[in-house]
Amino acid sequence: MKTLLDPCCDRCTHTPETPCRDYVRCLTEGPICHDDPACKAEKQRLLKEIKPNEENQQIFVCTGTGCASCGAHNIVDSLNEEINHQGLANTVNVVPTGCHGFCEQGPTLIIEPRQILYTLVKPDDVAEIVQKEFVEGERVERLLYVDPLTNQPATTFANANFFAKQTRVVLNNCGFINPEKIEDYIARDGYKGLTNALQKMTPVEVIDEVKKSGLRGRGGAGFPTGLKWSFCRQAIGDKKYIICNADEGDPGAFMDRGVLEGDPHAVIEGMLIGAYAIGADEGYVYCRAEYPLAIKHLEIAIRQAEEVGLLGDNILNSGFNFHLFIRAGAGAFVCGEETALIASIEGKRGMPKVRPPFPAQSGLWGKPTNNNNVETWANVPHILRNGADRYAQFGTEKSKGTKIFALTGKVNNTGLAEVPMGMTLRDIIFDIGGGIQNGKKFKAVQIGGPSGGCLPDEMLDLQVDYDTLTKAGAMVGSGGLVIMDETTCMVDIARFFLNFSQSESCGKCTPCREGTKRMWEILDRITKGEGKEEDLDNLEHLAVVVKETSLCGLGQNAPNPVLSALKYFRPEFEAHIRDKNCPAHVCSALMTYSIDPDKCKKCGLCAKSCPSGCISGDKKTPYQIDVAACIKCGTCADVCKFGAVIRA
Amino acid sequence: MEWITLTIDGRTVTVPKGTTVLEACRMNEIPIPTLCHDPELSSYGSCRLCIVEIEGMRNLPPSCVTQATQGMVVRTQTTKVRDSRKTILELLVANHPLDCMTCQKMGDCDLAKYAYEYRVTGELFKGGERRHLPLDDSNPFILRDANKCILCGKCVRACEEVQGRSVLDFSFRGFHAQVGPAFNLPYSESECVFCGSCVSVCPVGALTEKKMVGQGRPWEVEKVQTTCPFCGTGCNFDLNVKDGKVIGVTSNPEAPVNGKALCVKGRFGMDLIHNSERLTTPLIKKDGEFVEATWDEAMDLVAQKLGEVKQEHGADAISVLSSARCTNEENFLMQKLARAVIGTNNIDHCART
Ligand SMILES: Cc1cc2nc3c(=O)[nH]c(=O)nc-3n(C[C@H](O)[C@H](O)[C@H](O)COP(=O)(O)O)c2cc1C
Ligand code: SF4
Ligand code: SF4
Ligand code: SF4
Ligand code: SF4
Ligand code: SF4
Ligand code: SF4
Ligand code: FES
Ligand code: FES
Repeated sequence: MKTLLDPCCDRCTHTPETPCRDYVRCLTEGPICHDDPACKAEKQRLLKEIKPNEENQQIFVCTGTGCASCGAHNIVDSLNEEINHQGLANTVNVVPTGCHGFCEQGPTLIIEPRQILYTLVKPDDVAEIVQKEFVEGERVERLLYVDPLTNQPATTFANANFFAKQTRVVLNNCGFINPEKIEDYIARDGYKGLTNALQKMTPVEVIDEVKKSGLRGRGGAGFPTGLKWSFCRQAIGDKKYIICNADEGDPGAFMDRGVLEGDPHAVIEGMLIGAYAIGADEGYVYCRAEYPLAIKHLEIAIRQAEEVGLLGDNILNSGFNFHLFIRAGAGAFVCGEETALIASIEGKRGMPKVRPPFPAQSGLWGKPTNNNNVETWANVPHILRNGADRYAQFGTEKSKGTKIFALTGKVNNTGLAEVPMGMTLRDIIFDIGGGIQNGKKFKAVQIGGPSGGCLPDEMLDLQVDYDTLTKAGAMVGSGGLVIMDETTCMVDIARFFLNFSQSESCGKCTPCREGTKRMWEILDRITKGEGKEEDLDNLEHLAVVVKETSLCGLGQNAPNPVLSALKYFRPEFEAHIRDKNCPAHVCSALMTYSIDPDKCKKCGLCAKSCPSGCISGDKKTPYQIDVAACIKCGTCADVCKFGAVIRA
Repeated sequence: MEWITLTIDGRTVTVPKGTTVLEACRMNEIPIPTLCHDPELSSYGSCRLCIVEIEGMRNLPPSCVTQATQGMVVRTQTTKVRDSRKTILELLVANHPLDCMTCQKMGDCDLAKYAYEYRVTGELFKGGERRHLPLDDSNPFILRDANKCILCGKCVRACEEVQGRSVLDFSFRGFHAQVGPAFNLPYSESECVFCGSCVSVCPVGALTEKKMVGQGRPWEVEKVQTTCPFCGTGCNFDLNVKDGKVIGVTSNPEAPVNGKALCVKGRFGMDLIHNSERLTTPLIKKDGEFVEATWDEAMDLVAQKLGEVKQEHGADAISVLSSARCTNEENFLMQKLARAVIGTNNIDHCART
């Protein structure tokens, strides 16, 4: 069967060896080199096959890592079977896609062009979906998503608040193309940004355009991308490299995975444009090995791009060469730090190095190197396709464009959401995130992962942009948002993040290696009720030393969760130390269990379940806990059907 | 040479362009504590003890890896700087066996020196976890006590950059990070050639010369610079002499040929000096028995025997074999002896193949 990638007739001369400069435009608007209505009609027909319309309805089934783990591949198979069975194969197409962002509700599927969203789909639902949607022209009401804000079923995905409030630029294709097919990407204007750069612009003009867009690095620090490129462009060197940082080690962050799995060509196109602008001919994607699907999709994408001549030598007959390779990381958080990442690509232990020299001067194998985050690269095609001005209309004065956030924790809609910079935390958490699970109260949001901070509800109206968050003691970081409710203990959370940073510290510099350990010990002591009055001052003092004297961003930012928790939740720390009380009832050592004689129905279930046998009582005497022997396991409170066990 | 001027602790100093802040301080006798810096090794910036305050720079930059620039304003002794250095030292001490009394390094230990200078008490983080790692006693030359290691990484760089062996590196993460041979093998099972370069740079008692343990304290020892007798390279080092007895060898950083580098023979082979079986006079065999003789007797005997051979069989019956391990001067004299005195061109040495 002919695909969009095949030449229309033998007048087409494009091959990787004899590249045509108009190849990309030819596929969607062509042919360009000759005028033949038959060729044109053929191309339009093939294009139509890719894009959904009434005669060619498409079911986009999310087969991202989240949905795949909930059985999405079975759904794809069942759908195909059922569609064949019903004789619908000519008008209905099943497209496995990357993440729709709505992972909490997965497996999800979207039917286009009608924009129908079905959530929590099981293989058993498939027959009904096909029958109703494509035979009867009706909905399967029970599988529609019910918006927690309105309690109404969403009639289209665009109606659901989760999607309606987003601005999807980078995620535009994610969930709406088959990431294993380059023609799907090209049909949605893919590689047009590259074509513009190669045909109409000098490298310096490309850099100027990126500068003008205001794009800042999405990997954490928010460094202006165009400026960074210009450093590497200006560096003297016969060979230059570019790198895509796909190490994504923050607990709770998975936007880079989403982009790589769902739209790998966007990253490749971004890198091609960057390589052209910088003057690099070789690139590496450093992707954590825990992302096998992302690596697989990237491998396929690279191979396909090579096959059509979009990677390799003399790309689109411009004289520009670029070769791209993948390196799988071995799962250390610190390998996301760019100098450690470079060492790791070189085959050395991933340990950060002092800067200067910056990678722009001396990076991979000592050559000028430019590294950007996955999401940063994936923004670039949009800028070159539609122009910097279009891009810069989103966002705030100093933080342009959109940012993908990974919503996790006690929020209703766990998933990926892309919003314009400057949206408030409240809008993200309550409108898009659908609020807190089980009607509980919001307590804090941890933003920016182990390098970020915990912000309380007074801060919910903060605009999410680089500068505002940094001022508040948090950071945009990679974009992880961990939402916590009233049942979260802030001392415990600070201890958790510190434990992460401590175990991921590379061990090179003293303050990070030894200091985070001692900070953790102080916090651990406090959660066990052994905190001393002077602990908080010592903790704060040590946190500042670690922050100010550590070598790399890991140590410099590791104290942030502690410092922000101390800033916004100090009374909770004091309660642990002074009153030996954990107000959120999380720290087990600080809990006491007792039985309310008025509520106790003398069923004896608690006594039977207690592992230390410290509950006594019988049919006549209300049950009682021997506090001295109680090991505070909480089993009694969990098993009591009458709520008679008091946890305090 | 281009020069720049900067202010350090209120003093205006002028240094060559390309100088680090640490070097600028040292050129001007401004003391900065360092644990991971060594002018012979690459810059690492890991111990963070050399931090200073610099106007316009965020945090506390480490002076050893920060370039001095024109007009820079540096402060090396502010309360904040001293306090942070003290905290870093407290952190190191909190995870260190305070065995100074029995430690071979006492008196020459940088950690002990700075801990004393900064009035470290060991109280701040008392009661925290400490390492309990086994001693590496696997070989006759180097004693490795990983519990005393401050992970400065100097040994790693010395082995890689000076010796070219790359035997050592970091392993594990966080608090459990260690420095040592791959897979945490003992030195004896690694690719180590026992040059001892790592020992020579270790600022603490984590790597020590095994044979010197218990033999003398630094202040009891007289250091006598000498040239190694083992080969023609001509390395210099310090014999460590206590009560007229050589107890070991340490590197002399000023050594013109070799710097701190030595090989296993030079560094660890000097125990031959006091070996009871060492020959101290020539021996001449009389009636099947070796008998002690004077140098004059021995020389006369050799001259007489060579003379006899030459007389009976001609000069070309004699051949002279010298050694690549001798110095150039010694080899020159040897060929002179062969050609001019004995009268033969039969002169060669072991490395001429
Ligand atoms: C401990 C640590 C971990 C990091 N992890 C990542 C990561 O997983 N992905 C990433 O893109 N950047 C990470 N960074 C930031 C990178 O060092 C670097 O700044 C970034 O990749 C630059 O890309 P950008 O300019 O596009 O943001 C990390 C930094 C530190 C200090
Ligand atoms: S701050 Fe931590 S991770 Fe970074 S170099 Fe120092 S020890 Fe390694
Ligand atoms: S908390 Fe556990 S140990 Fe204590 S009384 Fe309840 S069941 Fe028994
Ligand atoms: S290494 Fe230094 S501080 Fe440690 S025990 Fe030996 S002398 Fe004391
Ligand atoms: S003795 Fe020499 S070869 Fe062996 S580890 Fe030390 S520096 Fe490396
Ligand atoms: S063994 Fe010595 S030189 Fe090597 S890292 Fe440890 S303290 Fe530094
Ligand atoms: S290389 Fe070894 S034997 Fe030769 S002079 Fe140096 S230390 Fe002595
Ligand atoms: S993985 Fe399916 S919606 Fe995210
Ligand atoms: S001497 Fe500068 S960081 Fe160690």
